[in-house]
Amino acid sequence: MRRPRLRVDRERCIGAGMCALTAPEVFDQDPDDGRVLLLRAEPPAALHAAARLAAGLCPSGAIALDEPESGGT
Amino acid sequence: MGEPVHAVPMLPTARRPGCPFDPPEELTDARRHGPISRLTHFGGNPGWLVTGYDLVRSVLADPRFSSRRELMNVVDYELPPAPPGEFLLMDEPRHGRYRKPLVGKFTVRRMRLLTERVEQITTACLDAMEKAGPPADLVTSFAKPIPAIVICELLGVPYEDRGSFQEQIDAFVGGGTDEDELMAAYTATQDYLAGLVAAKRAHPTDDVLSELTDSDLTEEELKGIALVLLVAGLDTTANMLSLGTFALLENPAQLAALRADPALADRAVEELLRYLSVAKSFMRTALEDVELGGQTIEAGTTVVLSYHTANRDPERFADPDTLDIRRQHTGHLAFGHGIHQCLGQQLARVELRVALPALIARFPALRLAVPAEEVGLRPETADIYGVTSLPVTWDTEAS
Ligand code: SF4
Repeated sequence: MRRPRLRVDRERCIGAGMCALTAPEVFDQDPDDGRVLLLRAEPPAALHAAARLAAGLCPSGAIALDEPESGGT
Repeated sequence: MGEPVHAVPMLPTARRPGCPFDPPEELTDARRHGPISRLTHFGGNPGWLVTGYDLVRSVLADPRFSSRRELMNVVDYELPPAPPGEFLLMDEPRHGRYRKPLVGKFTVRRMRLLTERVEQITTACLDAMEKAGPPADLVTSFAKPIPAIVICELLGVPYEDRGSFQEQIDAFVGGGTDEDELMAAYTATQDYLAGLVAAKRAHPTDDVLSELTDSDLTEEELKGIALVLLVAGLDTTANMLSLGTFALLENPAQLAALRADPALADRAVEELLRYLSVAKSFMRTALEDVELGGQTIEAGTTVVLSYHTANRDPERFADPDTLDIRRQHTGHLAFGHGIHQCLGQQLARVELRVALPALIARFPALRLAVPAEEVGLRPETADIYGVTSLPVTWDTEAS
């Protein structure tokens, strides 16, 4: 089963930290510039909901989530 | 085609008596008619009012809407552009020039490291309150000093200057009306910050302002940034602490739930942010003609975005007018959305999460010292909503 894949766009990121707050196992912030760091591009199933929520909450649209075409959650 | 658009003649200036936590009735009523209404601005200029969650969020993320102060089309004279450093009222790339160097200083991780210090400051305030004995004004003994000490430490305002410095800031954010006094306090704060920036450049210490002097930002710009951080860091959190306490006291079952289970603190904070939305609304101006909710917003027209009604939108939040600290929701707009989303939000979260549970744990019988209707509310015209004072009392024999 394919997992959702995450991508982050550090140029768009404004460092609001919603991602690191919502899914700390998946995202962190660069200690120097505060911008997003992707810890796991293909998070395990237990973290899918949090990762999806973080993508939805990101204020700058810097997190993209490619959901597998079919099956899986 | 279509039905006539709902029109709001003017932004309301008061809330319904007895409902200090709900948005003004006219705004809620506007949202019932649909997410967007016509609005006549303060100066008579035609504009729009957005009250629905989805539409507010979409405007905030839309680069066709500008935050520039000089474009705000709400009065019959031209507003000056924001001074250097005051990045809230700017677009890219000016906004980014000021925000970017700050971002790394307000990360989730860095703010969590401050938790212990926030706890110490909170304890000291609660100790002083307890020692002085009931009654107390929660605004002056708790809600204001905690964020003030925290932001002064972050910025590096020397300890001995804090008292007079805080008075100056209070004078111009407190919603006072005497223009001369406001200007005098504003100028005094500006002068103080100019001196502080120069001092940090000459002798850097371990604080955000000193770190920033090590960049290509000018003194003027640094002064502007410092002012933004101060005002944003003080007034919003202070009002969340005082109004948040008021809301909990008026909802005893919620207060009891939080007291019984401090693990609810995170959710309680998010819910209070949503429910109270102390930063009630912001404005954006269309840079081109934009279709919005079936209407055409003409280029140059200013739109008021009502965060508070958006955060009470029943299409987004179930039973939105009920304060429910167990609510497992996210996505409120209390800190905005888009590129201007609050830079200091993680700091605010730490302060609220530490201070509110500590207060209710320390004073188990905390209650209002006056009838709820007599609690002084800030006028709706103030940028940030809140209470002017919150008289509380408690029993001492138990302790
Ligand atoms: S939530 Fe979005 S803007 Fe904020 S730090 Fe994460 S990626 Fe960047």
